[in-house]
Amino acid sequence: MKQFLEGSWAFADAAKLCRPGVISAYPITPQTHIVEHLAQFVANGELNAQTINVESEHSAASVVLGSQACGVRSFTCTSSQGLMLMAEVVFNIAGMRMPILMICANRALSAPINIWNDQQDSVSLRDSGWIQMYAENNQEAVDLVIAGYKIGEKPRVMLPVMVCVDGFILTHGMEVVDMPTQEEVDQFLPPYNPPYKLDVEKPLSLGLLGGPDVYIETRYAIQKTMEDVLTILPEVGDEFKKKFGRESVRLIEEYRLDDAEVALVAMGSVCGTIKDVIDELRQKGQKVGLLKIVTYRPFPEAAVNKALAKVPYVGVVDKNISLGATGALYTEIKAACSHDKKISGFVMGLGGRDITKNSIESVFSQSKEKVNSCTFVDLHNDLLWEEFRV
Amino acid sequence: MSERGHFEEHCFVSGHTACAGCGQSMAARLVADVAGKNTIVTNATGCLEVFSTLAPQTAWGTPWIHSLFENAAAVASGVEAALIHLGKLDSIRVISQGGDGGTADIGLQALSGMLERGHDILYVCYDNEAYMNTGIQRSGLTPFDAHTTTSPRGTHSSGNPKQKKPLVEICAAHHIPYAATASVGNPRDVQTKVKKALDIRGPKFIQIHVPCPLGWGSEPVDTIKIAKLAVATGLFPLVEYEYGRLLRVTKLPSPKPVEEYLKLQGRFKHLLKNAAELKKVQEVAQKNIEYYGLNSKA
Ligand SMILES: Cc1ncc(C[n+]2csc(CCOP(=O)(O)OP(=O)(O)O)c2C)c(N)n1
Ligand SMILES: [Mg+2]
Repeated sequence: MKQFLEGSWAFADAAKLCRPGVISAYPITPQTHIVEHLAQFVANGELNAQTINVESEHSAASVVLGSQACGVRSFTCTSSQGLMLMAEVVFNIAGMRMPILMICANRALSAPINIWNDQQDSVSLRDSGWIQMYAENNQEAVDLVIAGYKIGEKPRVMLPVMVCVDGFILTHGMEVVDMPTQEEVDQFLPPYNPPYKLDVEKPLSLGLLGGPDVYIETRYAIQKTMEDVLTILPEVGDEFKKKFGRESVRLIEEYRLDDAEVALVAMGSVCGTIKDVIDELRQKGQKVGLLKIVTYRPFPEAAVNKALAKVPYVGVVDKNISLGATGALYTEIKAACSHDKKISGFVMGLGGRDITKNSIESVFSQSKEKVNSCTFVDLHNDLLWEEFRV
Repeated sequence: MSERGHFEEHCFVSGHTACAGCGQSMAARLVADVAGKNTIVTNATGCLEVFSTLAPQTAWGTPWIHSLFENAAAVASGVEAALIHLGKLDSIRVISQGGDGGTADIGLQALSGMLERGHDILYVCYDNEAYMNTGIQRSGLTPFDAHTTTSPRGTHSSGNPKQKKPLVEICAAHHIPYAATASVGNPRDVQTKVKKALDIRGPKFIQIHVPCPLGWGSEPVDTIKIAKLAVATGLFPLVEYEYGRLLRVTKLPSPKPVEEYLKLQGRFKHLLKNAAELKKVQEVAQKNIEYYGLNSKA
């Protein structure tokens, strides 16, 4: 049913529809509304779950690890500093093959402390063994949560899933969302029934010491599983489309790329702005397009390569920066494409700096002018040392 | 002996790689056997985890999970929440366990959260008085004047300058139903306390003193003797708290001099010829005796 909802409400609703038995999280802006809504659902008797109000994000992630290990579907969500505090457990959860689902409300990292949006938090944990998907809008986020559980919990997969939603822009934005019914979600998402769990009838030891004779195989197994996810995820996407009529669950989305001369590559809510700019520039006769990365991990290298095969100029928009190198997505797009392609990297929107249509237009034109691996967009020169000014 | 047969008798079996005379392995077996099969165990990183579960082997006959160093209490909270959700908490017990470092230092926050939230979990701290797994570094539970690799004796040092953190008081201060200390030197007492704890619903805490021959510089054969002496000198008092109140202590009508305990351990050997330092250690014991009323007539 179509509803006009705040993003966080919609995400909490989506999580509720998946019937998690244990929820644990710790408040941090801009994630807070999600946990508050879930707590209210439980308080109202609308959701049969244990909500554990922990003393830190490290413990939130540990609680859901413990509950998921008992075979109970679990949910957590966090942002920024919270994700950093969880980081140790985030890696651990993937290594233990626990298909927990987390929503990360993307926010900048301190210092300086900043509650506004960029994607530095989740991008910094891209190597942790979690499937990572980025939502462009609230509908997509809802769909990715529901499909995320299904993908992660496949016995062939058994990997955790992080659904990344831009803080404030999505979490606090009001949009119309087509919310599936409980019946539909129950038909789509079967109860969680893991191949291994903590069970007194069949005692197992989980989380053993893995020395040099076994460790690398555990990493290889995750790596190969990630490769499988590149096929499994679009299959679940097809099922999702059949059931709900939407194409949200996919590796990439191509927007007016067919004949594009310049294409931007981006993740998350900025793709909406980029699409608007594309429509306007197209009216003026410019051949521009967008490659939206929905699934960042596993990285859909082949799909990216194919989508950009005929595009001569590419600009990569990064809402993160690997300080001392370039934006993270830039490196990966560059590695996925042929050497003769002109690929530029743009770092923008850090710490909530607005990404305006004008900035996007300028990025389109800069991508065609000269190749630069790491251009910061829309800097305030008056805040910079003289020799740093642009 | 069939592998299964082995697990039929005990929930924590031999064949693991603990050092000879390891007090922690003995205490872990005492705890596991009292708890029995219908128990789920969460374990912090540390010696116990390392020597009992070197993949692909395990010494555990109950479901057992290790995640990280400081989160055993939080993982246990999740296990307990899952058991409530599944409607199984009536028949299954949850035990969370870790070393002194994993409990009193890096894991204290998660433990406090677990106690405060009131989970139905027994937390067991195996106190061997240092970070043994990483090679005998000082922890918040290392005793006064003990030599460790990060509180070494030297011309300007007589070992660890601080006294043990009052861990059982910290736990009791959460006003949980039960908080106690025990010693592997008195196995029956350990088992009585574990059984008592497991019969209570809500958060429980037991700190078990477990000598470590390698870390303490003692003979493996002396583990039990040393554990008993720690109690007999007043250096490791055996106490029980209920809802924040001290209710019972193991009395010491005639406490032994601390030298008897210290002289069996290399970590204290620098004290034996140092009357001034010896006196300070004796004062630590004396303070314990007075604080807990160990020598008063009941
Ligand atoms: C976050 C983190 N910091 C440090 C370590 C290294 N480490 C592993 S075990 C250990 C010491 C364990 O000491 P304790 O808890 O007293 O247990 P013991 O080995 O003495 O039984 C340390 C420091 C770690 N695994 N994780
Ligand atoms: Mg220790």
